[in-house]
Amino acid sequence: MNLITNRYFLIALTFALYIGATRLQKRTGLRLLNPILIAMGGMIVFLSIFHIDYEVYQAGGEYIDFWLKPAVVALGVPLYKQLSTIKKQLIPLLVAELAGCVAGIISVVALAKLFNASNEVILSLAPKAVTTPIAMEISAAVGGIPPLTAAVVVCTGLFGGIAGFRILKLSRVDSPIAGGLSMGTAAHAIGTSTAMERSDRYGAFSSLGLTLNGLLTALLTPLVLELIGITV
Amino acid sequence: MILQFGILMAFLAAGELVVSLTGIPIPSSIIGMILLTAALHFKVIKLRHVEMLANFMVHNLGFFFVPAGVGLINCLGLISDQWLPIVGASVGSTIIIMAVTGRVHQWVRHAMSRRNSVRETSTN
Repeated sequence: MNLITNRYFLIALTFALYIGATRLQKRTGLRLLNPILIAMGGMIVFLSIFHIDYEVYQAGGEYIDFWLKPAVVALGVPLYKQLSTIKKQLIPLLVAELAGCVAGIISVVALAKLFNASNEVILSLAPKAVTTPIAMEISAAVGGIPPLTAAVVVCTGLFGGIAGFRILKLSRVDSPIAGGLSMGTAAHAIGTSTAMERSDRYGAFSSLGLTLNGLLTALLTPLVLELIGITV
Repeated sequence: MILQFGILMAFLAAGELVVSLTGIPIPSSIIGMILLTAALHFKVIKLRHVEMLANFMVHNLGFFFVPAGVGLINCLGLISDQWLPIVGASVGSTIIIMAVTGRVHQWVRHAMSRRNSVRETSTN
């Protein structure tokens, strides 16, 4: 029995990388030490070095995959807690979210087409603004490649987290509500953690943006893709 | 705790049921999430029946998709072939989403508050 191909060992290593990165990130404040990025990248490097097939890793990994869907269902709880805020500002929030969501799907598809991406890549990019579990589900539903979507989502979040406030300043978005909402809409959880550092108000609206855009993107991506004529 | 697991699974199963009955291309988990929000809102279930497990899952959301993300190892070729469209489209679109969402929100709030009352200016 070889230890490095043992599924329990590989999953323990995944936990270790994730927890290690979480602690290091807390201590150093470096956004590049994003635990998702480190655990994903670390395992890819490890599997490549030792020539271990993804299928061997997934013998254990699929039991973690299993919890993806229940975890997305659990997002209903924070959404419920924010219902009163949503009701108070229903129209501005909904109009802004709709605009941001549709602009996001159309712009990423149009730009990818412009750069000659293949159809499966375009479909994988379409849900890239929303939090990974939701994005991967949308990607699978419309015929994209979920792992590619996951990687792009994490990179998008990192870019949004690092450059977000500069982009907001340049586009003259100065209210904390609008700014927070934009961060969560474009850069999901990673953007939200950046927004949280600026102020609670930024953070609250960023998490609202992440939830609303996750929901809207899930509902609208198949429709928008059909309208602009992109299918598998 | 076992009750909380049971409730989350029940909502997910309901989402799966809706998808299999209607065939809509929306993830079953999203439908489960909406159903859970509605059930909490209409007091079909109480917050304390799901809150502990839901908080745990939401705060550790990232971990659950690491193995799926490692699946990237099978499409490294695709990425090296098409890195320019992938990076270009993601960066460009992220900038567009931020500008559009923020500007539209400010614009609508401004328009609404101006119409509603003159004395109540923006509270930002």
